[in-house]
Amino acid sequence: MFVAWRDLRTAKGRFALMGTVIVLVTLLVGLLSGLTAGLARENVSGVTGLPADRLVFAEPPDGRSPSFSDSAVSEGQWRSWARRPGVVDAAPLGVRTTEAAAAPGSGGGTGGGAARVAVAAFGAEPGGRLAPGGLAPGRVVLSARAAEELGVRVGDRVRLGPGTAAVAAVEGDASHAHLPVVWTALQDWRRLPGAPGGATVIALTTGEGFTAAASEAADEALGTTALTVDEALAAIGSYQAENGSLQLMRGFLFAISALVVGAFFTVWTVQRAPEIAVLKALGASTGYLLRDALGQALLVLTAGTLAGTALAAGAGLLIGRSEVPFAVEPATVLVPAAVTVVLGAAGAALSVRRITAVDPLTALGSAR
Amino acid sequence: MTLLLDDVTLTYEDGGGRLTALDRVRLDVPAGTVAAVVGPSGSGKSSLLAVAATLIAPDRGRVVVDGADTAALDRGARSRLRRERVGIVFQQPNLLPSLTAAEQVQLMAHLSGRPPAAARDRARELLAAVGLAGEADRRPHRLSGGQRQRVNIARALMNDPAVLLVDEPTSALDHERGAAVLDLLVGLTRERGTATVLVTHDREHLARADRVLTMRDGRLTGA
Repeated sequence: MFVAWRDLRTAKGRFALMGTVIVLVTLLVGLLSGLTAGLARENVSGVTGLPADRLVFAEPPDGRSPSFSDSAVSEGQWRSWARRPGVVDAAPLGVRTTEAAAAPGSGGGTGGGAARVAVAAFGAEPGGRLAPGGLAPGRVVLSARAAEELGVRVGDRVRLGPGTAAVAAVEGDASHAHLPVVWTALQDWRRLPGAPGGATVIALTTGEGFTAAASEAADEALGTTALTVDEALAAIGSYQAENGSLQLMRGFLFAISALVVGAFFTVWTVQRAPEIAVLKALGASTGYLLRDALGQALLVLTAGTLAGTALAAGAGLLIGRSEVPFAVEPATVLVPAAVTVVLGAAGAALSVRRITAVDPLTALGSAR
Repeated sequence: MTLLLDDVTLTYEDGGGRLTALDRVRLDVPAGTVAAVVGPSGSGKSSLLAVAATLIAPDRGRVVVDGADTAALDRGARSRLRRERVGIVFQQPNLLPSLTAAEQVQLMAHLSGRPPAAARDRARELLAAVGLAGEADRRPHRLSGGQRQRVNIARALMNDPAVLLVDEPTSALDHERGAAVLDLLVGLTRERGTATVLVTHDREHLARADRVLTMRDGRLTGA
């Protein structure tokens, strides 16, 4: 880094410009990553927070994928799944989008004028593995956001579908397809408009002895499709559409940052060609020159990425205080930073390899 | 003998055929002597330096630098030989714009993996030897043409080369500064026992050389 350090010191303006570009790209990647993770959490936290490792859907019609909005499983199917080898627990889970409102005289409820709030109603058997504490027929457990939006507290009553229920507890921050989760007893859930007679899915907890072959055999016999929890996220329509678009944008940003860094170091290397020829003529090995140039690129990249990431984390913390879904966590801060550095270094490596082609003879002037 | 070119032939592609830049050249330069090479432009002087500096391998013949037959060396070993045993004084100073005068000279020690502290002292000694003690911390754009050429010479001497290859060292200097640079080169050759090849157009330089060789159409005469 003997020459590289001194180039950085001398060509401050050029490297500051490049560093600023990297800061801005990293800031953009960081903000997009936080937003993607925040939106994803609003989409999937109800499902990922379930105490289960697999979800069983009704087999979709030919050519379609399993979906929470279309799936309906029967009591016979979950009882059969519960008897399968390796299945520790099989619990029916109802998932339905509906409207809720504070009942008259409760919290935000002011008679017929209480605001209606769209919620994701999760129906579980009271006392079962899925059910939060306090869940019982006629009693609901609200996520914190649901309670806030409805303006109710424990002991208040909420209207959910055709009936009303008492708020037994407010806990967690689960949401499903951007809607706050309201836990209700399965028998109450079945009375919601459009709810099927059974449940939406079966939540499985599996142990030793549960194999892929056994899962496929059960699906075949029972007319179901069992998916891991991660696979089941694709069955949330809004998650699939949003996440795909946002990840594509992130991918393009990563590619753009690699191209920008590569373009800068290509121009820089071309401009330095006469100096590189002199260094080679003086006896510098190609390895030395490549290490020098790559070290310089890594330094600029790392400094720019750290600054951009710090700005993104700071902005994320501010944004996170508002209603914008934004997640500031290692996966949304450090991973994009590391990817930016790695891809930028790859772009720089492709450009500085031009060093190998510089002919030291040119340092001697007209040798030919 | 410190530099030997024995029956060296070098050709380049030239359109459909080959152009002979060096034609069965023989040159030996003992330690502590200056061999001056004169000749018109395009006669092969720069090719001679390029071959002696191991920057290009001849088609035929042997190049022996400080006892090492360069034909037996791979690219890495040739680079090592060049930075440790050969000093090149370029026609243009070819200084790196981001380095101070002292750093230009230190660079040679850095390339050879020598400790920076010792290199710093040695670089300043060499700059003092070429009359630039007070300019060590200046970058090239703050040095005159003559000062840059003297930094070029100090850089070439940093690793105590056995062979010094000097290409038109005074072409960018006025008469007085050119004479001073030549005095310096001849003095250093005697003092340090290098084998110096001096390519020049300047007839006034020839009187200072131990031998004068003429290059014409790739042939060296007077060797």
